[in-house]
Amino acid sequence: MRPAPILSAFQQALGEAWAGGAGALLPLGFFAGAAVLVPLGIGTDPQTLRAVGPGILWVALALSSLVTLERIFQADTEDGALDLWLQTGAPASAIAGAKTFAHWLAAGLPLALLSPLLALMFQAEASADLLRNAALYGLGGLAFYFWGGVGAALSATVRRGGLLISLIALPLYVPTAIFGALSMTNGPGSESAPLFLAASTLFALAVAPFAMAAALRLAAD
Amino acid sequence: MLRGVTEVLLSATGLGMIRGERVLFTGVSLSVAPGESLVLRGSNGAGKTTLLRILAGLTRPEAGEVVRTGLHHWFAHREGLKPHETPRTHLGLWAKAWGSDSDLDSVLAQMGLKRPADVPARYLSAGQRRRTALGRLLLEKRPIWMLDEPYTALDAEGRELVLELIEDHLKSGGGVVAAIHGESGFVPTNEVVL
Repeated sequence: MRPAPILSAFQQALGEAWAGGAGALLPLGFFAGAAVLVPLGIGTDPQTLRAVGPGILWVALALSSLVTLERIFQADTEDGALDLWLQTGAPASAIAGAKTFAHWLAAGLPLALLSPLLALMFQAEASADLLRNAALYGLGGLAFYFWGGVGAALSATVRRGGLLISLIALPLYVPTAIFGALSMTNGPGSESAPLFLAASTLFALAVAPFAMAAALRLAAD
Repeated sequence: MLRGVTEVLLSATGLGMIRGERVLFTGVSLSVAPGESLVLRGSNGAGKTTLLRILAGLTRPEAGEVVRTGLHHWFAHREGLKPHETPRTHLGLWAKAWGSDSDLDSVLAQMGLKRPADVPARYLSAGQRRRTALGRLLLEKRPIWMLDEPYTALDAEGRELVLELIEDHLKSGGGVVAAIHGESGFVPTNEVVL
C-alpha cells in the first residue's frame, strides 16, 4: 500500500476547506448563530438555560457539521478528480477517510473549540468542565463528520444534494447525540456515557470509510 | 525501465456493457503489449468512453474481465482541476500523491505552461487546462496511458506535442489506449470499432 496518496488527499482536502474564501468559517457562524437564537426563543431564565445548554449545543453541532459536507466529494465528482483519486493505487477507503478527517480538522474542530464560549452564554459555570465538554464535542463531532461523509459520498452525483445528505446522515447521528448529551448531565449512566461516546466515534471511524469508498465507486461507475 | 512490464500490459476478454436499456457493446476482446497502441473508434454515444472507463477499472462491465499488469495514467474530458489550482500546484499535488520526484519546472516547460504556471485554473483557457492535465503523464512513468479524446481543445502545436509524447511513450516500451473520434495522427497497432 502506498501511503503518499493518502497524505496528499489529506493535505488537498485541508487546503480545499480554506480555498475560495473562508469556507471553514461558515459552520462556525452557523453554530454560533443557532446557539444565540435559542435563548431568544425559550427565554432568559438562567436555570432553564443551564439545563438545556449542553443539549442545544449538541444539536447545533450536528446541524453545523452538515453545512459544508456537501462540498467534500461533490466537487471531485464534477471535475473528474474523483477518477484520479480512485486510480492512485491506494485504497479508496483510506483516501475518503483522510479527506473526511481533514474536513473535520478544518471545520469540525473549530466548533468544539468555540463551544466553551457558547456554553457560557447558556449560563454554564466557568470551570474545567467546559474544557472537558469541549473535548467531548470534538470527539462526537468526529463521528458526525464521518457519518456525514457517508451521506456526502452517496449524494456526490446529486445536484444540490445538501438536503439528501441531511436525510441520510441525521439518523446515523442518533447514538452520538444520545451519549454526548448524556455525558454532560448528572443523571444515571452519565459516568460511563463518555466511554460510549468514544465507542460510537470509533465505530464511525472504522465503518464509515468503507461505506464512503463503496459509494464513491458507485458515483464513478 | 518501466515498472511491472510483462508480455502484455493490458488485456480484456468478452467485455459487454449495457447502459439504460441499450446494449452498448458485447464480446469486445483486446490486448496491448509494450510498444503497442490501441485506438477505440465509434460514433458519438457508441461507448468509447465507457469502454475506456471499464479498461481503467472505474466502471464495472456487465460481462467479461480486464487484466492490467501495472499502473496506468488517465487523461479524460474532465481534467480534475479545481478552479483555484494553478498548473504548478496541480502537478505538484499529483507528483506528491504518486511519490514522484519529477522536476516540475521542466514538466511545465515541456507542456508550454511556463507563462501561466501560477495562474489559477479558472483563468486558464481550455487548451491550457488540457495541457496541465497532460503534464501529469510526465510526472511518473506508468506502463499504460489511457487517453479519452486527447486532442480536444488543443491547438496545432498542442496536437503535435501530444503526438510526440505518445510516440516517446511507445518507444520506451509503454502502451497507449486512446479513444479518438477524428484523425489519430499516428498509425495504431490495433483498432477497436464499436
